[in-house]
Amino acid sequence: MNTYHGLLLVVLAFAASAHGASDKLPGEQVYARCAACHALAYDRVGPRHCGLLGRRAGSVPSFAYSPAMKNSGLIWDEKTLDRFLAQPMKVVPGTAMTYDGIPDPKERSDLIAYLKYANDAPECRALRIPPH
Amino acid sequence: MSFLHLTHPQEARRLFLGQSGLMLSGAAVALLAGREALAAKTGDGKAQDSQILNTALGAELEAIAAYQLGAESKLLQQPVLDLALSFQGHHKAHAELLAKTVEKLGGKPVVPKTAYNFPVNQLKSQEDVLRFAARLEQGAVSAYLGAVPLFGNRELSKAAASILGDEAMHWAVLRQAVGETPVPMAFVS
Repeated sequence: MNTYHGLLLVVLAFAASAHGASDKLPGEQVYARCAACHALAYDRVGPRHCGLLGRRAGSVPSFAYSPAMKNSGLIWDEKTLDRFLAQPMKVVPGTAMTYDGIPDPKERSDLIAYLKYANDAPECRALRIPPH
Repeated sequence: MSFLHLTHPQEARRLFLGQSGLMLSGAAVALLAGREALAAKTGDGKAQDSQILNTALGAELEAIAAYQLGAESKLLQQPVLDLALSFQGHHKAHAELLAKTVEKLGGKPVVPKTAYNFPVNQLKSQEDVLRFAARLEQGAVSAYLGAVPLFGNRELSKAAASILGDEAMHWAVLRQAVGETPVPMAFVS
């Protein structure tokens, strides 16, 4: 490998790591806003977020949802989450998530990307291990 | 006497604790608890206002439990322990007023859970506890910020903003305590 190729690899590696960080970090910062009520791996005032994408709204066992959320018929994917996060109380009137929403599409997109990423974090993976 | 005229925080605290429970959080929160006419003034948004307050109450009750966990963890040294208990006292005052207001609006206030989930295995030092508390306070700031525009009754918005200010002070102090810039930005979100 010559010097040029070596440098190129270093630059590409740096760019890849910077890209990876920028994919994660903004959404993680947005997720900090959820920390009064939510956690990834356990239920709090709001339900856990591990396994959110693909899940039917109002379906975490043992979490006491509002009837509105239980009956919303939503399946959480990028589109439904984006709509809900923009205006939770308009999309699911009567939801207990009494939050005005995230008006910035980029912040919503970052947050959804983080939720997808976090689903593979160790604390979420641990929930998927069947009990012995 | 005004808080503005008090020269020492201890004096302010003495006066603060000497007041009745309904005066604990100052004039803005008295809007919530002190006005018997409040319930009568609320109209169509009453049920939604009650739901917003109940969600906030649930978070306040959890914060009280979280500070209790921290206080009993034996990880907190003085004066941090006193600080944590002081913040817990604020959350108790918020919760008491929110519960009373939900009742005034005709709702049923949520009650503390019999058990809360906390990441106990991740709390191994005083700094861990402070960072955990800071995350909760940051979330509380965002939650109140997201609630303020939703109230049908603007006086409730004002009172929620008063609580938001208190949570923001907690967050800043906790950030400072773990060596972070206490107020890292001009706006909260």
